[in-house]
Amino acid sequence: MSLLDVNINEFGERRQGLAESLHLDLPLLMGIVALIVTSLFILYSASGQDMTMIWKQTVRFVVALVIMVALAQVNSNTLKRWTPYIYVIGVLLLVAVLIAGQIGKGAQRWLDFGLFRFQPSEIMKLAIPLMVSWYLSEYPLPPDGKRLAIAMMIIAIPFILIAKQPDLGTSLLVAGAGFFALVFAGLSWKILTGFGILGAASAPVAWYLMHDYQRQRVLTFLDPEQDPLGSGYHIIQSKIAIGSGGLYGKGWLNGTQSQLDFLPERSTDFIFSAYAEEFGFIGVLVLLAIYLFILFRGLLIAVQAQDTFTRLLAGSLTMTFFIYVFVNIGMVTGILPVVGLPLPLVSYGGTSVVTLMASFGILMSIHTHRKFLPR
Amino acid sequence: MPPAITLKDHFRETRMFNLRVAIALIFSLLLIMAIVIRLVYLQIIDNEVYTTLSEENRFFISAIPPTRGLIFDRNGLLLAQNLPAYNLELTPERVKNIDATIASLGEIIEITDADIERFKEQLGPYNRFKPIPLKTGLSDEEVARIAVNRYRFPGVDIAARLIRHYPEEGLMSHAIGYVGRINEKEMSRIDKTDYEGTNYIGKTGVEHFYETILHGHPGVQQIETNAQGRALRSFQQVPQEPGINLHLTIDAALQKVAQEALAGESGSVIAIDPNTGDVLAFVSSPVFDPNLFVAGIDHKTYAALRDDKLKPLFNRALRGQYPPGSTVKPFYGLAGVETQTKESNEEIFCRGWYRLQGNQHRYRDWKKTGHGKLSLHHAIVQSCDVYFYDLAVNMGIDKLSGFMMPFGFNDATGIDITGELGGLMPTTQWKKRVKKESWYAGDTVSAGIGQGYVLATPLQLASATATLAMHGKRMRPRVVSALENPNTNEIQHLPAIQDAAIEMVDPENWNEVISAMQDVAHHWRGTAYRIGKDSKYKIAGKTGTAQVFTVAQDEEYKEDEIPRELKDHALFIAFAPVENPQIAVSVIVEHGGHGGSTAAPIAKKVMDQYLLPKLEQLSTNTEKAPS
Repeated sequence: MSLLDVNINEFGERRQGLAESLHLDLPLLMGIVALIVTSLFILYSASGQDMTMIWKQTVRFVVALVIMVALAQVNSNTLKRWTPYIYVIGVLLLVAVLIAGQIGKGAQRWLDFGLFRFQPSEIMKLAIPLMVSWYLSEYPLPPDGKRLAIAMMIIAIPFILIAKQPDLGTSLLVAGAGFFALVFAGLSWKILTGFGILGAASAPVAWYLMHDYQRQRVLTFLDPEQDPLGSGYHIIQSKIAIGSGGLYGKGWLNGTQSQLDFLPERSTDFIFSAYAEEFGFIGVLVLLAIYLFILFRGLLIAVQAQDTFTRLLAGSLTMTFFIYVFVNIGMVTGILPVVGLPLPLVSYGGTSVVTLMASFGILMSIHTHRKFLPR
Repeated sequence: MPPAITLKDHFRETRMFNLRVAIALIFSLLLIMAIVIRLVYLQIIDNEVYTTLSEENRFFISAIPPTRGLIFDRNGLLLAQNLPAYNLELTPERVKNIDATIASLGEIIEITDADIERFKEQLGPYNRFKPIPLKTGLSDEEVARIAVNRYRFPGVDIAARLIRHYPEEGLMSHAIGYVGRINEKEMSRIDKTDYEGTNYIGKTGVEHFYETILHGHPGVQQIETNAQGRALRSFQQVPQEPGINLHLTIDAALQKVAQEALAGESGSVIAIDPNTGDVLAFVSSPVFDPNLFVAGIDHKTYAALRDDKLKPLFNRALRGQYPPGSTVKPFYGLAGVETQTKESNEEIFCRGWYRLQGNQHRYRDWKKTGHGKLSLHHAIVQSCDVYFYDLAVNMGIDKLSGFMMPFGFNDATGIDITGELGGLMPTTQWKKRVKKESWYAGDTVSAGIGQGYVLATPLQLASATATLAMHGKRMRPRVVSALENPNTNEIQHLPAIQDAAIEMVDPENWNEVISAMQDVAHHWRGTAYRIGKDSKYKIAGKTGTAQVFTVAQDEEYKEDEIPRELKDHALFIAFAPVENPQIAVSVIVEHGGHGGSTAAPIAKKVMDQYLLPKLEQLSTNTEKAPS
């Protein structure tokens, strides 16, 4: 009998296993561990068997897991109380980054605290869904026009601040997180359609406002072959890696595209391509299944959540996670333009792992702090 | 009015939320479907395309350059070999900024302007993918310095290549020639696949003439590279076929003696075995070091060679067209008796000059006082000009040239060295065609002593002398006698080529002339008596002195007073031993004065070197024979 199991004794009483007493959601944890294992395996290959990278990433996972467990202990009511403060602090940090950027010239996304660098836009990935859910949960759903306008303001302020860094990709995804909260809160389809039309109509304006490198990314996305050695190189080599993997892949440590350096950023943003090359279509289906499993579990947590704040929060955090997966894979397979975005929990790097684990901690907290009527 | 308070309808909200979650799920599944469809396209439908692309990424087919054939002298002495050398090479296609790369490389090792200049010369649109050497023959230290910095320079490699080397340096420069970097003109002519990976091609001499067999055939290998273009592994598919080794007829020791005898002079020595046509010595002086050309010669060194007053790059033996002077007299004499223009015992009186009928112009004899009464024999021995003026005029130029041509006096001999020039035996037709003038009687007089329009190369003279020695049997001169398979060391001897033999109506005429030539060296009045008097074997020879400029009618040719470049050329032809010819020699010393005093002793040295050991062997054999 494992410590992690939840058992019901002969008297019909729920006996708490270790998982439950730690407020962990076992299925979600299994999905996360599956991704971590996958990540370390492919990283070992993609890094050229660099054990220091593996250790570094393992430490990051451990730190992130600790944060996840810590957040899982926080009751959603407490979280709800913290929400406005988290949001305001996040916005202030973004302003600080912008000012530091004015002085330092050029794109500035980091705050350097000497020992470690911190990216405030990461906070917003949590702060926006928290804030929007917090705000909307106070009122009946669907929100009326005034509430909607205020909710949009909550999203727009950090969006503009991040876009000015400039980091259009992150700002869009961060806004997306708030947008999901809006959709789950019952944003009318009319308004949604209106947003769609407005988005399409503003494309030329956006093009005009874009930086050259952003325009180049769009052009490269539309036709990577126009500059095969320059901006198109990443996507061409990525497609070759994925395509040459075939059904069964070239085998672990045998991916020629990644092992021979043809695939750029193969440990970070393009790790999916390295994975697809070595494990093939079958391996990719397995990875997608893990992600889908986490999606199902997250949405189930949302459906089973007991109040508006937690269900909006659970729904938008899950969808944000899933959108990251889709955008990254879409980018490396060439169906979306290249935006610098890691594959959740698999790419090498610390910041996004910590943010994602924190959101999983919140999901677990939501699920394990439900109040059950006594039997 | 107080604001209306709407109450939360939890049931309705839950229903709406669950519906939205369902829609989000469907939306997510659609996105996953899009990815899966995309992956089906990439990984299953277009798998072959991408597999090919990935193979093209990592593999490229590269040629294994063949090892060039070696060249040996007739005794097996190595004359041309291939030494391993480290080259610093740039592949233009892989180097983003060539000038910047060269500049940064220049901070690590020394790269001279000459290196850069040579490199730039080879940089062209036709070989972007081919590594071009920037610096050849790197030292161990330079190799190490580049190796540790290599990651900084994509497209820059150190290649261990075989580089042509001529250990005897200048000794064979004019016969063997040299290899050099393939230039654009050659590139358009050669089969490029055959020269994949090869930077060198035979430029002159034997190296050029035998290029196709010396070169061999490249092998093919598949090389795995990483994204930076570094070769990681190679899989040999077709081995290279090394070039054929050549065995020369030239005797390096004899060549050295001939060269040293000519040291400090400009001129030529050719020695031929008359029985086979094998060229034993092939000297054009001064020489140059062919190794300079292998890596690509820089402008300064080249200009120094080119502007040298003695013109070391000029292959006199093969391309030097000189008036043969009196060396043609034995052949003319033979023409005279053969055509019965002058019987062998017919005498003329030489008073030191000759005058054409109805003309006051005096054609001088080299001996101002004249030779007095003499027949053919002494006309050759003492080299009487008047006799041959008269002979030529009586015979007529067309008949005379017609007799001379079969001896190889007009056309190139056809030796297996690239670049040979012929000489000239003028005819009335020729003058009309080329000079657009009619033939004058005076032209015949000049031609009578091998002057005027008559021109011959040292090689032609030696070949004709060999023909004379063999009584008309004419072997084509050659420098390569055998080919050696580099793998099996099997030797294939090339048959000697015999050209059309020359027949005399009276074969005794050969002996008539040859005995006169023998007296040139062995009779006290002979012009080359100084080499014949103490000779251990019998020499048949003929001296010659070729005028470089014409002395005016009433002036004297005063040797001490005229500058070197206007002095006469000294010539000498000979073969020995007379009774059993083993070697035929032609010597020309530019501006050397008299053939007898300058050229003949050189020929003697060469013949001594070649014949004396043979004669000793012969005599010991005969001593042993009775017992």
